[in-house]
Amino acid sequence: MDKLFTGKFLFTGLVFAGLALYPFIGSSYGLDLVSKIMIYAILAMSLELLVGSTGLVCFGQAAFFGIGAYIAVLFSPESESANLLWLLPASILAAAVYALFVGALSLRTKGVYFIMVTLAFAQMAYYVVHDTKLGGGTDGIYLYFKPILGSVLDLNNPKTLYFFTWVFLVWTFVFLAMLLRSHFGRVLAGIRINEQRMRASGFSTYPYKLAAFTTSGGIAGLAGFLFAVKDGFVNPEMMSWHLSGALLIMIILGGLGHLRGAIIGAFAFVFLQEFFKSSAIFGEFAKHWQLGLGFTIIACVALLPKGLVGLPEVLRKRLDGSRPRDAQVVLK
Amino acid sequence: MDFSIFLIQCLNSLQYGLLLFLVAMGLTLIFGIMGVINLAHGSFYMIGAYMAYALSPIVASTFGGGFFSVLVIGLVLAVILGYFLEWAFFSFLYERDHLQQVLMTYGLILVFEELRSLLVGDDVHGVQAPDFLAGVIPLGDLMTYPVYRLFISAICLLLALGMYYIFTRTRLGMMIRAGSTNREMVQSLGIDIKLLYRIVFAAGVALAAFAGMISAPVSTVYPGMGNQVLIICFVVVVIGGIGSIRGAFLAAMLIGFVDTFGKVLLPEAAGVLVYVLMALILLWKPDGLFKTS
Repeated sequence: MDKLFTGKFLFTGLVFAGLALYPFIGSSYGLDLVSKIMIYAILAMSLELLVGSTGLVCFGQAAFFGIGAYIAVLFSPESESANLLWLLPASILAAAVYALFVGALSLRTKGVYFIMVTLAFAQMAYYVVHDTKLGGGTDGIYLYFKPILGSVLDLNNPKTLYFFTWVFLVWTFVFLAMLLRSHFGRVLAGIRINEQRMRASGFSTYPYKLAAFTTSGGIAGLAGFLFAVKDGFVNPEMMSWHLSGALLIMIILGGLGHLRGAIIGAFAFVFLQEFFKSSAIFGEFAKHWQLGLGFTIIACVALLPKGLVGLPEVLRKRLDGSRPRDAQVVLK
Repeated sequence: MDFSIFLIQCLNSLQYGLLLFLVAMGLTLIFGIMGVINLAHGSFYMIGAYMAYALSPIVASTFGGGFFSVLVIGLVLAVILGYFLEWAFFSFLYERDHLQQVLMTYGLILVFEELRSLLVGDDVHGVQAPDFLAGVIPLGDLMTYPVYRLFISAICLLLALGMYYIFTRTRLGMMIRAGSTNREMVQSLGIDIKLLYRIVFAAGVALAAFAGMISAPVSTVYPGMGNQVLIICFVVVVIGGIGSIRGAFLAAMLIGFVDTFGKVLLPEAAGVLVYVLMALILLWKPDGLFKTS
């Protein structure tokens, strides 16, 4: 157990260190891509807090992401840079407030009904920015001047933005890892495993779930802020259910119940997309990239019941000569 | 609002609602009985519509054509497809976490979309309604209503009644209802639950594909049409209460009317109305209108 514990921290540490070193070797295209993936990783971790840790499958995470992004753009002055010190908290707060509102209502329902109510509220936010003047309609809005912090931090510089994102990636991971090991996190795990029993042992579960939901929304707002600043552009598609769905796919692919699974899933999902889309490898066939991605996902479901996080375990058991237990279920 | 316009909108709502019901019925069956959240259900609708487009020239050259032969052949192919998919992709997933099945069906969506693109291309196609249904019926002095839309409504209604009969009056229906209430109990009574699942899945696929086929002449056939219908069908299933055919029917009608009249009366809020409705209903009744289990 101890060995496993250090192994997994070693792995995460190495990933973070590698990401910190990447700007010194990567191209500007690579920098932009990895920044994007890191933002998705933050977003995926926020969803992991709900789905993998608390057992609440939220299908509306894109709304909180989008709100964070829209606030960043709407609250920026038109002809100068906004101050990071209040713009970032404003984005996070706005997303968290909407999450509090959505959570307060939707947590009355359970299971698939919860999935659909969160979708409904996300769609409402989507249509507000899509169909009203407020959000600039389908065309979206541009952010011409990215926020700065005096002369210390200028997010117009892609490298600065990269490290800024990296810091928040590490912060999110550490924050959530500590949160999940705290009393609060243990209660969430208890709710995931058996909510009835948690209530029987005297926990009022609703406030805990609501707190988790709001926290998750706030972190998603942070990711939205970063995304808006990176692209300098927001549009309603950031709130569409396609993104909420893709995020769920990322964390399931990576492996539910593990924070690093969310990061691995985000990387794997975007890399697979880029890989199958690359015309250098597939030539003409690259335009049918979804076929390869689809089959890869199906193969992952069939062979890796615990997601990519379970890959080392499956491989180790294969090498030991004995089949992993879950794979036997697959083969039966 | 003019009375004849009102009447036309009512007929449109009815037709849309019935069509939704047909797709959603398959979804709620698969959902309620097998516990599979089937994201690929929209793809089956899309496959049906493309079959209506692609099969008609083939059928015309081999059998001398006919709209109904296309429907029958498409239906048979859809049943075979459903039977095969359940065997190849789902039969080993039931003991796993539900979210694994979600991932699987997501992979299937991508595969189906690309296969469609490879086989038929990415163009938008129209499908001709058969000649004897291509006419219009006059309503009032100026308005007319296409016969084909009435035909869709009628056929959906017939299918709905047929399904209702199978569900409530036959042995198979009894097994399906029992399976949705308590899987282990049904199994221990000696019913082959695997076969039952395969039948239900094939039926669900066939219903969605059939809905796609008959709606092809009114909605045109285009890439991504499956995703359009998928979410709205989930809304129907959830409002109605998972696994409840009666609930799905009522919810589909409700959505049909709210959506159609919303587009006429409140065009700027039309998109969001359905979701507001769903949120309100679920906050009022957290388990949908008709809870089964």
